[in-house]
Amino acid sequence: MSDGQETKGMHALTIRLQDEMFALEATNVREILDPVPITRVPNAGDFVGGLINVRGSVVPLADLRVSFGMDRPPPDGDTRIVVMEIDLDGEPMVAGILADKVYDVTDITAASIEEAPRVGMRWPAEFVRGIGRRDDQFVIIPNMQQIFGARANLAPETH
Amino acid sequence: MSDLDPAEVFRQEAGDLIETLEEALLDLEKRPDDRELVGLAFRALHTLKGSGAMFGFVAVSEFIHEFETAFDRVRKGEAAADRRLIAAALDARDHVARLIDDPDVDPARGAAILAALKVAVNGEAPAVEASRPGAAAGVGGAVSSAPSGWHVRFRLPADALTLGTNPLLLLDELRELGPCEVVADIDDVPPLDRIEPQYCHLAWDVTLKAEVPQEAVDDVFLFVRDDMELTIEPLAVDAKRPGPSEGLQTHPAAPGKRSDVAQDSPLGEASPASLDLPIAEGPAARSSPAKVERNATLRVPAERLDELMDRVGELVIAQARLSQLADAIHDPSLVNVAEEIERLTASLRDTTMGTRMVPIGSLFGRFRRLVHDLSEELGKPINFVTAGEDTELDKTVIEQLADPLVHLIRNSVDHGLESPERRAEADKTATGTLRLSASHRGAEVAITVSDDGAGLNGERIRRRAEEAGLLSPGQSISDGELHRMIFQPGFSTAAQVTSLSGRGVGMDVVKRTIDGLRGSIDVDTWPGKGTTVTLHLPLTLAIIDGLLVRVGADRYTIPLAAVEECLELPDGTDTDGRGRSFLNLRGDLVPFLKLRTLFDAEGEPDPFQKVVVVASDTTRVGLVVDEIIGNNQTVIKQLSRLHSGVKTFSGATILGDGTVALILDVMNLVTFGQRIEERRRAETLGRAA
Repeated sequence: MSDGQETKGMHALTIRLQDEMFALEATNVREILDPVPITRVPNAGDFVGGLINVRGSVVPLADLRVSFGMDRPPPDGDTRIVVMEIDLDGEPMVAGILADKVYDVTDITAASIEEAPRVGMRWPAEFVRGIGRRDDQFVIIPNMQQIFGARANLAPETH
Repeated sequence: MSDLDPAEVFRQEAGDLIETLEEALLDLEKRPDDRELVGLAFRALHTLKGSGAMFGFVAVSEFIHEFETAFDRVRKGEAAADRRLIAAALDARDHVARLIDDPDVDPARGAAILAALKVAVNGEAPAVEASRPGAAAGVGGAVSSAPSGWHVRFRLPADALTLGTNPLLLLDELRELGPCEVVADIDDVPPLDRIEPQYCHLAWDVTLKAEVPQEAVDDVFLFVRDDMELTIEPLAVDAKRPGPSEGLQTHPAAPGKRSDVAQDSPLGEASPASLDLPIAEGPAARSSPAKVERNATLRVPAERLDELMDRVGELVIAQARLSQLADAIHDPSLVNVAEEIERLTASLRDTTMGTRMVPIGSLFGRFRRLVHDLSEELGKPINFVTAGEDTELDKTVIEQLADPLVHLIRNSVDHGLESPERRAEADKTATGTLRLSASHRGAEVAITVSDDGAGLNGERIRRRAEEAGLLSPGQSISDGELHRMIFQPGFSTAAQVTSLSGRGVGMDVVKRTIDGLRGSIDVDTWPGKGTTVTLHLPLTLAIIDGLLVRVGADRYTIPLAAVEECLELPDGTDTDGRGRSFLNLRGDLVPFLKLRTLFDAEGEPDPFQKVVVVASDTTRVGLVVDEIIGNNQTVIKQLSRLHSGVKTFSGATILGDGTVALILDVMNLVTFGQRIEERRRAETLGRAA
């Protein structure tokens, strides 16, 4: 959220969503699961259209590909679910995130992170916290608070 | 308990005591001659004072001491518990609550409250010193029924000293009541070689020559009496008591002269055999009402109960898996065990759930004071009636209900009930009636706040709603919807803003909270006769019995308490999808919802569709499903905020095979069905016209 974070560098879990590499804050990741049965939530929209059972708790499953307007092919052998904590207006929440493939944990140095360009991006600018670089490849650092906050605030009357 | 902050423990305890005190004071206003109530209030004060001092709340304890001193005159029957006194005492009770929150709170205010209390008790402000405990004997002369003194015999449990009880302090406290003769009984002191130095081997006989009420003596032992032997007997005025041993001194009645009394050394000069008063051994058999209050209750942090509930929830899920396995394997011995575990789990579940259920009466009690104060402030006499106090609700729900109910009550008293003059004009009794009740209705609890006031003014609500842009001019809406407008944010019809309500905040808080609890609000109003606001709350228990159904490829759970019956969807039932789906149920037309359509299910529907008829309050709706799978125990897991916009589900649960199933929100589905029915009525009317 804060500007300071963007220049600090990060300990990141890199995943693939379609053709792009994304970096998730590794310290917030709880576990990585093989695909499990997903329960559809009717009328909830595509972004959080499912629920999964993670060790006895019911956890919403989010598909970031919806936020970034990507294609959504069915799961294959590489598909994983990253269970992580997300800070939502100061309240921690656990959510699963669908990944087409999980790569590894890496450090992205502060120097290699650039602010998201205001124009010329295919993605909604508010959903991108920054663009990092790793082995000559661009890594998108998504702004989870924005992505999930936008969704949670769809129903402000129930808070 | 060791990780608890002692100050926090005191605050919790004090909260209960203050509540007891307030209740006693309010009851006392109605029955000023009830000695038991006076005693109850006094004991609450005394305990507060004692534990306040113990936990370092000196300001609290000092203030209460003065409070107690003033109130003592009521207890002695020297002052009547009239309205003025009750009002002053309630003020003092509020100040105690303030002091507990912040010991440094305005001392001048405390002094003013005490002064008011003293004026109320005496008609004049006496010097504080006049009523110090030492002088109690002198004041006691006014009480004709009190005997001339008391014979007290007590023995502490052997380990009392190690637990921190100091018998010397108890004796000192007795001496504060009046001159005492103290004799230690050393009968039970073992020979020196077997003596256990930490143990208390002594018993004491105390002859208290002061005309104090028995409660005063009781109070000395308030904190230790649970395990001790204690007998308190009145001293006959003319009884020839056996002479005390030479080690004892007799004191002339000299109140306040502590130096005399202090010479007794209870441990030193003692003469064992010289006293043979008729003393019954064994635990004290007194009928003091304080004894009855002491229920065997235990304070447990709420998180621990939540944790327990979670564990039981997981156990229920594991048990469901075991049952499923046992069914599949068909091994009789395994089935036996599975059934045994199922039975145990069910009873463990019920017990655990019971620990979270609290009768709503604990909440209602709090509003008596509110109504009392509002009544005084607005000059509207109010008869406050409560019913259904023993209706049980989950503790968390009850806590969240406090605020909405405060707003509803305030609104009723301020806007609903008229002034006595206006009531007289309308041929009503001068005293308005405010009714607060709770009851179970199927799978929900209904809480109503009703008054016999002027009723809602539909015209004014409409005007206000149009002004606020909530309604376009001339827009037609039903009366129910119009009345529910008062719960919109920023809405207020009060012609003037009072200190109580009219600012337009408040009623929207009610709606927000009830929405958050997934409940609903109904408003019924009769012009000139009154208004009834009903809050419908789901019995949001952590675990419920559910009916598992299949719709397409997905499974859903319906709370069993809401299910009325299941039947097959008759052939040829009109399901044209234009919102005109009705089922003829023994002559009643029941609207039904096709869950396949509602939930956008994939695949072909089963040839024989089933209908689950669910009901909430008085309305019924049929839910069409593909298959009814059966009963299951359902652990409710709340949906995350990401799904808070999806109203058709009240939560989710984990099935025996580990998958997640959504729980249908019956109340919302019924509302949905209701809307269909209303539309049908409108259509029929339109056709008829």
